[in-house]
Amino acid sequence: MSHCDRLVDVGRRQFLRGGAFTAAGAAAAVTLPQEAKAQVAMARVEYPANHLANIADLTENEPFDVAYPDEDAPGVLLKLGTRVEGGAGPDGDIVGFSTVCPHKGFPLMYSAEDRTLNCPGHYSRFDCEAGGQQVWGQATQNLPQYTLRVDDKGDIYAEGLDELLYGRLSNVL
Amino acid sequence: MAYKRQIDRLPIIPADATKHNVVCHYCIVGCGYHAYSWPVNKQGGTEPSANVFGIDLSEQQYAETDAWYSPSMYNIVKQDGKDVHIVIKPDHECVVNSGLGSVRGARMAEMSYSQARSTQQQRLTDPLVWRYGQMQPTSWDDALDLVARVTARVVAEKGEDALFVSAFDHGGAGGGYENTWGTGKLYFGAMKVKNIRIHNRPAYNSEVHATRDMGVGELNNCYEDAELADTIMVVGANPLETQTNYFLNHWVPNLRGSSLGKKQEQLAEEPHDRGRIVIVDPRRTVTVAACEAEAGKENVLHLQIKSGTDLALFNALFTEIAEKGWVDQAFIDASTTSEAGEGDGSDPAHPAVLTSFAAAREGNRMSIEEAAEITGLSPDDIRKAASWIAEPKEGGARRRAMLAYEKGLIWGNDNYRTNGALVNIALATGNVGRPGGGVVRLGGHQEGYARPGDAHVGRPAAYVDKLLIEGQGGVHHIWGCDHYKTTLNAAEFKRVYKQRTDKVKDAMNAVPYGDRAAMVDAIVAAIDDGGLFAVDVDIVPTKIGEACHVVLPAATSGEMNLTSMNGERRMRLTERYMDPPGRAMPDCLIAARIANHMQRFLDEMGHADMSAQFDGFDWQTEEDAFMDGYHATAHGGEHVTYERLRAMGTNGFQEPATGFEDGKIVGTQRLYTDGKFGTEDGKARFMHAAWRGLQAPGKQEQRENYEFLINNGRANQVWQSAYLDVENDFVMDRWPFPFIEMHPDDMAKVGVKEGDLVEVHNDAGSTQAMVYPTPSARPGETFMLFGYPTGVQGNVVSAGTNELIIPNYKQTWGNIRKIADAPASVAHLSFKSKEYSAI
Repeated sequence: MSHCDRLVDVGRRQFLRGGAFTAAGAAAAVTLPQEAKAQVAMARVEYPANHLANIADLTENEPFDVAYPDEDAPGVLLKLGTRVEGGAGPDGDIVGFSTVCPHKGFPLMYSAEDRTLNCPGHYSRFDCEAGGQQVWGQATQNLPQYTLRVDDKGDIYAEGLDELLYGRLSNVL
Repeated sequence: MAYKRQIDRLPIIPADATKHNVVCHYCIVGCGYHAYSWPVNKQGGTEPSANVFGIDLSEQQYAETDAWYSPSMYNIVKQDGKDVHIVIKPDHECVVNSGLGSVRGARMAEMSYSQARSTQQQRLTDPLVWRYGQMQPTSWDDALDLVARVTARVVAEKGEDALFVSAFDHGGAGGGYENTWGTGKLYFGAMKVKNIRIHNRPAYNSEVHATRDMGVGELNNCYEDAELADTIMVVGANPLETQTNYFLNHWVPNLRGSSLGKKQEQLAEEPHDRGRIVIVDPRRTVTVAACEAEAGKENVLHLQIKSGTDLALFNALFTEIAEKGWVDQAFIDASTTSEAGEGDGSDPAHPAVLTSFAAAREGNRMSIEEAAEITGLSPDDIRKAASWIAEPKEGGARRRAMLAYEKGLIWGNDNYRTNGALVNIALATGNVGRPGGGVVRLGGHQEGYARPGDAHVGRPAAYVDKLLIEGQGGVHHIWGCDHYKTTLNAAEFKRVYKQRTDKVKDAMNAVPYGDRAAMVDAIVAAIDDGGLFAVDVDIVPTKIGEACHVVLPAATSGEMNLTSMNGERRMRLTERYMDPPGRAMPDCLIAARIANHMQRFLDEMGHADMSAQFDGFDWQTEEDAFMDGYHATAHGGEHVTYERLRAMGTNGFQEPATGFEDGKIVGTQRLYTDGKFGTEDGKARFMHAAWRGLQAPGKQEQRENYEFLINNGRANQVWQSAYLDVENDFVMDRWPFPFIEMHPDDMAKVGVKEGDLVEVHNDAGSTQAMVYPTPSARPGETFMLFGYPTGVQGNVVSAGTNELIIPNYKQTWGNIRKIADAPASVAHLSFKSKEYSAI
């Protein structure tokens, strides 16, 4: 599994920014009167739009470590080289996933050979080319995938998740 | 895209939530869970004081935390008519699973009936009757009146042999001690029904007559033995997928070497190493791959035999072990018979002779070379297996080998002799009743059998499905069975069953429903004309239910209190944590109400003597049935009550109970620790079990006439016949059709691509499956998902059984041809290898 620590650090600073914003919002809510709190509570969590990388940082079929929506939620960006459903970017081939196994929370390892994320804990496998579908395994969810936006400059932002992350009862803490 | 729930947060379990003991009601392992429930208008909070975990939930929790649950573990259900939140999550303190949840059990909440969240809306809520040409809801009294009038009349006029019954005999959902007793007391107590069969086979027989006849009950060890064994030998089983948390929590630690401390502590007098494993299976399963990843390939011996040749292998191993002198002579002398058996094995009730070690050694003699020829294995691998199983350890200590088996053997060629030949190895090496040993079936469902004696059924038992096809029987009661999906010769069975039940439907259509006397007369006349009146008791609509005239809605585990035992005889009580849907009732109470109504009609008809047999069904609760059945009749049952089981939590006790001390039921960790076995003289028997090729009629010819082995079995995500999974988006998204694993060369030969629909066909019938490319499969050998609603493998399983009417699902051959390109519903699927390999 290849790493690019410098860029991961850049990514981390981005989440810290997003995380701090969220925390401040939460603190403000606590000080409001109770009935007002009920009025402002949202039906769904507010996902931060976090800058994770630029397309230029990605190499085809090499995992690029990121974290989203905060630094405690490790994930990965992948440029697959072939257009996939749910893929972002000009070629529709960029995807992002949580790398925490939704079964028991073990870190997933990327297999470049067949483009899957694999769990050493209980052998679950998730297909990065099929929306994180569990090829085989013990998780009762398919792998949480990022909603990605790529702007004109090639900057890649994560703006949401489609399943609950392991180890938290709210995707944004 | 893969199915996603789009759930971004879940309600938090408050500190004061109600907590119930739950045992997973799916597979035999019986993992411990807890159900937490709380009012729908309340919720816990992230502060430690505001949630049941007492920790700060605004922080990320890490691997294996107790303080997280997945969306599939959450739902909104009814308790006493009110909506409540429910979370059913694995219990970290349960010794069976230590907090692990499988892809099946961890969906228990999501697989519950919820009106608020629209899950399992297929569940039956009302009794249904055939009225005006379709199934219509009715009251319990009306439905039971019709069932009892027709049944009582047919039994009174034609005798009890005209009443055919299909019934679960197991534990967990659709079973359990309460419900096996309820149905058992009705059919074996009030009546003596002999035309009865069990949920997964066409007769009322044991799947493991052989081991029982030899004096060795099939669940004789404890799960910890898998952690203590020097070698595990597993035959025809795929425990990673079908006994998942037993494998993950008890086998893997041994293969990893992490149970070494436990070995040294409990068995201090001998050398220890990490466990090795011998896997006998024609198919390379995910279990094989996981074992290699954990133990290293050098500690895994996969004996990839030709399908159906296990017996030849076992006899060669037995011969080799005996010739090398690796037997436990002291055990053989003390605990097994020295008298050679009599007979020639031609008695269909006992298709092999029970005998002494010496006679079995002589009778079963098989050279390694001969076995290599039959099984396709290399002679060296057979020698290596014998050595791993029985060669004494350094210093001469006896090697501890646990021998485990399941459906590959049970539904395989020559069940009786093959089972016996495996037990021969365990007895010869002293591996029964001792730590790190055991010769055990791994099991499917949990167990939960409490019934009056079944001796009247006879042996061999009646081949019920065959008799139904031949036109016998007038009334058919079905309890939690779906022959249409899970029997052999299924295509022919369905064809005839539909004809016979349609005859009764047509007769019912001709009479006003409200004229009960005329209705019963019309039904009986149709029965006299070859028709069949069918009553289906189930929790969901079934395929066979479509042919039935009355459908009665049952409650399942958690909607009633339910007791069962797992594969190490660990008995627990799942407490009732939610209401059953609509008017559904526990099976035991349905049986009691049928008995009450039948008694009334037998009285009306003037059969006072028969009517008296139906006394003793005044139960009002499932606990009444438990006390009448298990508590009063089971071995050790007098020590067991609901109150005591509740206090024992998810760890329960291991049957049989031997006492009640210090507020706890005292159980039995292993059977036969005293060296006394389940025979009249206490001595175990060996079996003279000579190899005789493919034993079931028609199998050899089928092998010669068709191109592909259609091996078959289970998939990780799917429980049983998918009776609940069929309404679960997560499962049906993955498997819209049953897969058939094919080698790419075979795919090329047939001209199909991944995801294409193919027809599998032979002389027994035809069915469909979806092609799953599998480079690790052997060319010519396919594997199809069994018992699936969108493609029934049983359609192509021929009617041949062994002498004791054990079906032979596994040895099936057929041809394969393309039906259609991959349909839209499979376009998004992953077709990558299911195998994990260490990266």
